[in-house]
Amino acid sequence: MNGPSTADPDGPASGAVHELVRDDVARKRFLKMAGKSIGGAAAASALGTFIAACGSSSSSSSKSPAAASTGSSSTGNGAGGDLAIVNYALTLEYLEAEFYDKVLSSGLFSGSIVSTLKEFRSQEHGHVKALAAVATSLGTPAAKPTGKFPLHSAKQVAQLAATVENLGAAAYLGQAGNIKSKEILAAALAIHTVEARHAAVLNTVTGLTPTPNGAFGSPMSMAEVLKAIKPFVA
Amino acid sequence: MNPSDQAPELAVVEIHGLTRASFIARGALATGAVLGASAVAPFVTNAFAASGASDVEILNFALTLEYLETNFYKHKARAVGLSGEAKKLAATISEHEQLHVDALTKAITAAGGTPVKAPKFSFGVTDQAGFLKLAYVLENVGVGAYNGAGPSLTNPQYLVAAGSIVQVEARHAAAIALLVNESPTPSGGFDKPLTKAEVLAKAGPLIVK
Repeated sequence: MNGPSTADPDGPASGAVHELVRDDVARKRFLKMAGKSIGGAAAASALGTFIAACGSSSSSSSKSPAAASTGSSSTGNGAGGDLAIVNYALTLEYLEAEFYDKVLSSGLFSGSIVSTLKEFRSQEHGHVKALAAVATSLGTPAAKPTGKFPLHSAKQVAQLAATVENLGAAAYLGQAGNIKSKEILAAALAIHTVEARHAAVLNTVTGLTPTPNGAFGSPMSMAEVLKAIKPFVA
Repeated sequence: MNPSDQAPELAVVEIHGLTRASFIARGALATGAVLGASAVAPFVTNAFAASGASDVEILNFALTLEYLETNFYKHKARAVGLSGEAKKLAATISEHEQLHVDALTKAITAAGGTPVKAPKFSFGVTDQAGFLKLAYVLENVGVGAYNGAGPSLTNPQYLVAAGSIVQVEARHAAAIALLVNESPTPSGGFDKPLTKAEVLAKAGPLIVK
């Protein structure tokens, strides 16, 4: 499969995306917009239930590494804790899969980037499937949330995609130290690096560095991630 | 079969302190499958049995790979002579790999272990195209190595540290993929964890001393 090349825009839309403007002002404006809560509280949503179940929003835990910012609050021992983590990941994957579905239906993109987006979409759906199966084997899987994503232009959407993927990578990294089952950990690691690959591609496509945190990925706590994705949940 | 049996020079890659005999004696990871985990079965690796390599041994394995990458991106890149995006990316990656070496060395020392010494390498590439092609292979092997060994780490702090490194290796791999028109996700939606033997099969031949 050929990834998008910064040297070969295949059509007007992908060309616009590739002609990235590394404009800090525009980027901050975008992030501010994305962060606004549009519509009702998340409380009534599946996500809101999940946030409540996840427990405290404490940003430190005995498992967090000295150098990095946060681990996540562990919600229990053994399978109970693992189920919560798997359902958290499942929730994020549901949102990512839906995001790509909507992006591809939007018609905002054309050219080689479309096949990349299709590939990523397919992979996110694969993540949903695997995590739903694991969650089911442990207990009750999280309900599928309904996402809502601003989709205005190829450039804005590509930047949003990069944001979402970077968030996904940080979310998995934030849980790596909390998963009890070695098998589930192995699966989480296998997904984590794929999210990182997605992030790197989308960062590059939008003119950002593939490694925005430098030599070491930054973990984010469950609370931090859930807060960040709240605007994208209906 | 242990690749070290076939190629003496690969002996240097053996994890510090881990004897050949104990490595061979180690059986497959007992999956036990509390979950009947068919969904995750593809991700369980035989690389390091649950009762196997110590955290220090695993970190030293990672350190060997990081030495390989540092050498590659610093010295080989200069020898080949890169240009444009490739040169820029290699310079960035080079800095990262050095920081990985530093972090792993520190962790091993703090754990009371002895960091392995940097081996000598021979990469056999002579131009930018060959360099990037090998870079793509090496980064993907790195991802597989860390993901394969990660679950065997007993200290969660090391696991998160390894996770933070492998995340960046995956980013490297994807960025390089874009330059060489290869897939940024060669394993699809799930990065394949590699066994130690699989890593050595790819990386071992590049180590000459």
